[in-house]
Amino acid sequence: MFMTKNVLKNLMTKYATRLYPFKKRETFKDVKGELKIEMEKCILCGVCKMRCPSQSIAVDKQAKSWGVDPFSCVYCGICVDACPVKCLYQEGLYRTPLAEKDQVLHFQEAKSEEPAPAP
Amino acid sequence: MARTVIPFGPQHPVLPEPLHLTLTVEDEIVKEAIPKLGYVHRGLEKLAEIRDHTQMIQIVERVCGICSTLHAMCYCQGIEALMNVEVPPRAKFLRVIWAEMHRMHSHLLWLGLFADAFGFESLFMQFWRIRERIMDLQEATSGNRVIVSVNCVGGVKRDIDAEMEKWILDTMKIVEREVLQLKSTIMDDFTVKRRTVGIGVLSKEKAYEMGAAGPTLRASGIAQDMRQTGYAAYSELNFEPVVETDGDCYARTVCRFNEVFQAIDLIREAFAKLPQSELAVKAKGLPNGEVVSRVEQPRGECLYYLKGTGSKYLDRVRIRTPTFANIPPLLEMLPGCDLADVPVLILTIDPCISCTER
Repeated sequence: MFMTKNVLKNLMTKYATRLYPFKKRETFKDVKGELKIEMEKCILCGVCKMRCPSQSIAVDKQAKSWGVDPFSCVYCGICVDACPVKCLYQEGLYRTPLAEKDQVLHFQEAKSEEPAPAP
Repeated sequence: MARTVIPFGPQHPVLPEPLHLTLTVEDEIVKEAIPKLGYVHRGLEKLAEIRDHTQMIQIVERVCGICSTLHAMCYCQGIEALMNVEVPPRAKFLRVIWAEMHRMHSHLLWLGLFADAFGFESLFMQFWRIRERIMDLQEATSGNRVIVSVNCVGGVKRDIDAEMEKWILDTMKIVEREVLQLKSTIMDDFTVKRRTVGIGVLSKEKAYEMGAAGPTLRASGIAQDMRQTGYAAYSELNFEPVVETDGDCYARTVCRFNEVFQAIDLIREAFAKLPQSELAVKAKGLPNGEVVSRVEQPRGECLYYLKGTGSKYLDRVRIRTPTFANIPPLLEMLPGCDLADVPVLILTIDPCISCTER
């Protein structure tokens, strides 16, 4: 009988958990999620590469490329703070699954060429 | 009956981390216990040779996930002492707030795991549900749920604004109420008491002699808490170490349970006294000299020895974590106990093996 109070209370209260696929939690502001870059702003200075504690960033001045290994990135945000032109940012979501364990490379040239064939 | 040797761990349902104990038992009573460690050694101290002193913050945070901010805080305090940096007052108070939130979530995690160790599954879920509120606070204030990477040399990286402060204080009220609701279940329950009262008694003298740390030491009646040394903003806050005198599993549980409330009080007091100032000062120069830095982690005293030679890289980083200090007292407690009580006893020192082996 001593459980009656608890049983009634639990019948009246809401779920303790979220009904996940239907109801998703909104991410908090400034959450350190996946690392992204605005490639057109990047000056390829390599400060992010030098500061990265897990050495997951690769910058190639010749190839004009900037790459991050999403599997070794620890989402610390040091590179975001260190970037002199503020072209790096972290999204609120964690990284999406990838089929292959490889660097995610971004090229500066490819970006600038993209708008040309549009018209 | 003749003596039997039973290997306990490294893979055991009660242990989240690998710890091996060779138990010699006679009629299911433990006569001797020999530990074996080294399954998760990662060589983090050695990394100081190839990562500079600012990058090391991110590495020491990963010594232990549960007390990550306290590791970073201890390391930063050491580097600040070497470089003669005075941390701004607001940063000191913010460090305390994050440290106490960490202590709360660590103790709630432990209380849940402890309930699970003697088969009280629903209590385990209740504690972890409360803990989730604190994890949300950490994610919202720092950007990460567990590795609260807010410390930097010279201060903190993030601020807590008035809106967030109100949310934290409101959550503290809810957490306090919810933890109090569970008090009678963990303190007065017949089954829980049968598994904890009078088991694994560590006397005051033995605890001191064996060099126990944290709640293991305080539950034996010694009022020793590293926060009393007044690092960060603790010198401006009022608190007394939580002390129990019995030294058994029950006393250690009560000690940790009461420290959750102590942490809530400290957070409230820190917010009440939170001064306005800048968040971090720029550290100039390079670390040169030797320093020992100590903080009180949820599990006990953590010690960092740092040696810099005036270069970007530190010459030596030595980390002594509380579990390392608590293993000798554990071996003192084990002989004479029942084989079925071994998992409960091991959990009462709150073992963190990845901390111990670094």
